[in-house]
Amino acid sequence: MSTNSVSIPSQAPDKAQQRRSFLLVVCCTIIGAAAQILIKKGADTLGGNPTMVQTALAMVLNPALLAGFSMYGVSMVLLVMALRHGELSLLYPVFALTYVWVAILSVLILHESMNAFKLAGIAIIVGGIAVLGKGSSA
Amino acid sequence: MVWVLGGSFIGSFGALFLKIGAGKLKSSLKSVITNWRLGLGIAFYLFSSVFFLLGVRKGELSVLYPMVSLGSVWTLVWSKLVLGEPFTRPKFIALGMILCGIAFLGMGTR
Repeated sequence: MSTNSVSIPSQAPDKAQQRRSFLLVVCCTIIGAAAQILIKKGADTLGGNPTMVQTALAMVLNPALLAGFSMYGVSMVLLVMALRHGELSLLYPVFALTYVWVAILSVLILHESMNAFKLAGIAIIVGGIAVLGKGSSA
Repeated sequence: MVWVLGGSFIGSFGALFLKIGAGKLKSSLKSVITNWRLGLGIAFYLFSSVFFLLGVRKGELSVLYPMVSLGSVWTLVWSKLVLGEPFTRPKFIALGMILCGIAFLGMGTR
């Protein structure tokens, strides 16, 4: 690792870099989806009607919530790395891929049922991301 | 529903400041710690997640899901206004498809 400061590219980043950023955000969404499953489990253990303070406290004290939000932290580091190069408006919508992973993980881990709506949703989202992916490497 | 809508709005500012902060980042620890834009971005994100957590506990997912993803519509607007990133046709098509797909996913999730 170099200690020199890296200059910020002012001109358009090259294709390979855009692609790397894109893939990095895809990684983010996988970690983010796992985090959401954990947060869902943790949130279920929160009682009837928690106040904002209780909710914030539970984020630190509840193991599932803590693990979930820690993974969010990891995905945020990856996101920052990705955002250094590439357009925000191209990279941010890729986050919708999180929903796809969550739907798949919910079926695999939480044994929720798969149905036509979910399948159609997954297909349309993946199609949309593909359009962005093409746009980012064009 | 108001919680989730508010959360998506706040979260989009999180994305914006993370992007601005990331652009100013240098590969030294000091620059990470003293980068207030990055800190602000993370703070916005954490704040929005409290909103989401409160909002998602009650309410229909088929309505809430697309609202969360409205955050990327806000982000598209900030990207144009603040960062000067161009609006392009693929961005609009992709965002439309993604919102539509998320609405379907929400409908399938009961």
